[in-house]
Amino acid sequence: MTDLTSLTLAEARDGLASKSITSLELTDAHLKAIESARVLNAFVLETPDQARTMAREIDAKIAKGEGGPLAGIPLGIKDLFATKDVRTTACSKILANFVPPYESTVTAQLWRDGAVMLGKLNNDEFAMGSSNETSCFGPVVNPWRRDGANTTLVPGGSSGGSASAVAALLCMGATATDTGGSIRQPAAFTATVGLKPTYGRCSRWGIVAFASSLDQAGPIARTVRDTAILLRSMAGHDPKDTTSVDRPVPDYEAAIGKSVKGMKIGIPREYRLDGMPAEIEKLWSEGAGWLKAAGAELVEVSLPHTKYALPAYYIVAPAEASSNLARYDGVRYGLRVPGGSIGDMYEATRAEGFGAEVRRRVMIGTYVLSAGYYDAYYLRAQKVRTLIKRDFEDCFAKGVNAILTPATPSAAFGIGEKGGADPVEMYLNDIFTVTVNMAGLPGIAVPAGKDAQGLPLGLQLIGRPFDEEALFSLGEVVEQAAGRFTPARWW
Amino acid sequence: MSVDAATVRRIAHLARIAVAESEVSHLQGELNAMLAFVEQLSEVNVEGVEPMTSVTPMEMKKRPDVVNDGEIADDIVRNAPATEDHFFLVPKVVE
Repeated sequence: MTDLTSLTLAEARDGLASKSITSLELTDAHLKAIESARVLNAFVLETPDQARTMAREIDAKIAKGEGGPLAGIPLGIKDLFATKDVRTTACSKILANFVPPYESTVTAQLWRDGAVMLGKLNNDEFAMGSSNETSCFGPVVNPWRRDGANTTLVPGGSSGGSASAVAALLCMGATATDTGGSIRQPAAFTATVGLKPTYGRCSRWGIVAFASSLDQAGPIARTVRDTAILLRSMAGHDPKDTTSVDRPVPDYEAAIGKSVKGMKIGIPREYRLDGMPAEIEKLWSEGAGWLKAAGAELVEVSLPHTKYALPAYYIVAPAEASSNLARYDGVRYGLRVPGGSIGDMYEATRAEGFGAEVRRRVMIGTYVLSAGYYDAYYLRAQKVRTLIKRDFEDCFAKGVNAILTPATPSAAFGIGEKGGADPVEMYLNDIFTVTVNMAGLPGIAVPAGKDAQGLPLGLQLIGRPFDEEALFSLGEVVEQAAGRFTPARWW
Repeated sequence: MSVDAATVRRIAHLARIAVAESEVSHLQGELNAMLAFVEQLSEVNVEGVEPMTSVTPMEMKKRPDVVNDGEIADDIVRNAPATEDHFFLVPKVVE
């Protein structure tokens, strides 16, 4: 049965359609894999009974020829997505017992199309982190290890559970969210494919909010094709999210294998950082070479405000977070710590319920929005954001179809290794991904090689607004050239 | 710019997060590390630049002003720490 878990989502879909396998078999194989991989801490809640019920129901539908595009496919769901009657915590103590009476739009669309839920996946608390170490359920372990070593490594974050589970063959794909790199960075750390769609492509309704102008849901899967299949079900207009865009959802899978001949690929000189490891540099030029060999044209481009994206992000994102997280006050849902007055109750609840990273970001966000500092910090950051977006617009106006960059400045690092003394050390992980959120663009991370220690590295492609299809076509070229990477099983 | 201990206490209060006296100096160090990091934004010329207030250029969507949901009081209070007759209970706020 274990070999069922190593199928790609597309292969499983075809097997289900031709009735050579059933969803129940596929689901059971994954539930067994999850059980034997608890050391990874990827799942914070397993829902085996619900999974089997969903699988049986979808098997009956498939038998009648009524299965949807994801009929019978077992998925993992990041614990940031509200799932009706299934505990949803954002991996925060403050929501430890929250059981939503509603379903997020994105997950509702996955179930509409026939997918099966295996359980809820670990993430950084409120998606604030780049290593999945801030979760109240403890860190997620990366299924990848350095050659000949058994140091436990982080899977990246905040969608660390999603990336780890997909890489370790615990689910065929997973939902994830990306505010500054939270889909693409963990995908790069685990040799999985992660796509952050254009802002507005997927509904944010029912997803625990972190920074509303940056948050976007997207898929993590093992191949570019699988990622495209998932996005088609996740995307679409939702009247319940005013920033959701009303435009048709293309058949993203049709973009796989489409020629990239004549596409113009920008190589941004500002992403060539001082002290960039030689292997990242090498990977980047190899990737450019693959695209060129496939007929794309490489052009050097300039995105002059790149270096300001991360500092501007660390004003905008905490500011929005401090506002969004004001709702956790111990009154309507979540944890309450009693206090003498209502003010004491709020303060005690939030001190007890939020972890250190969340407290820090809420405080910095409060500060940059407070009277006397708003103009100097928040307003200035919003102006810098305009400039960052304009850099990309100028580049696309010159005919560039997509931009190729490394996904991360390094491979996965050890648990507890970074950010202990200075939070900024951890933040630098998102240096290549955060620009994309600031500009609202789509970006994909595709596995492209390994470093000297045998750890996976990824490349990022950044697209024009709503041109996810170009990213899938180009991503497929990278995947075909680089091959796929699977961690050796040690758990 | 950097924050002093009094400012840390003031921010914590604005954010409604209780901070013990023993945590203040540690938090002050962390907040100042973040502020030092974002300080580089001051070198950007933002003269005449409009602040970015929406990501996708589109008109704000409007919906008819009608009741389209409701009668779900049980659902609304289901996760509340303390309720009575579909009301949220909080510590006494008026004398």
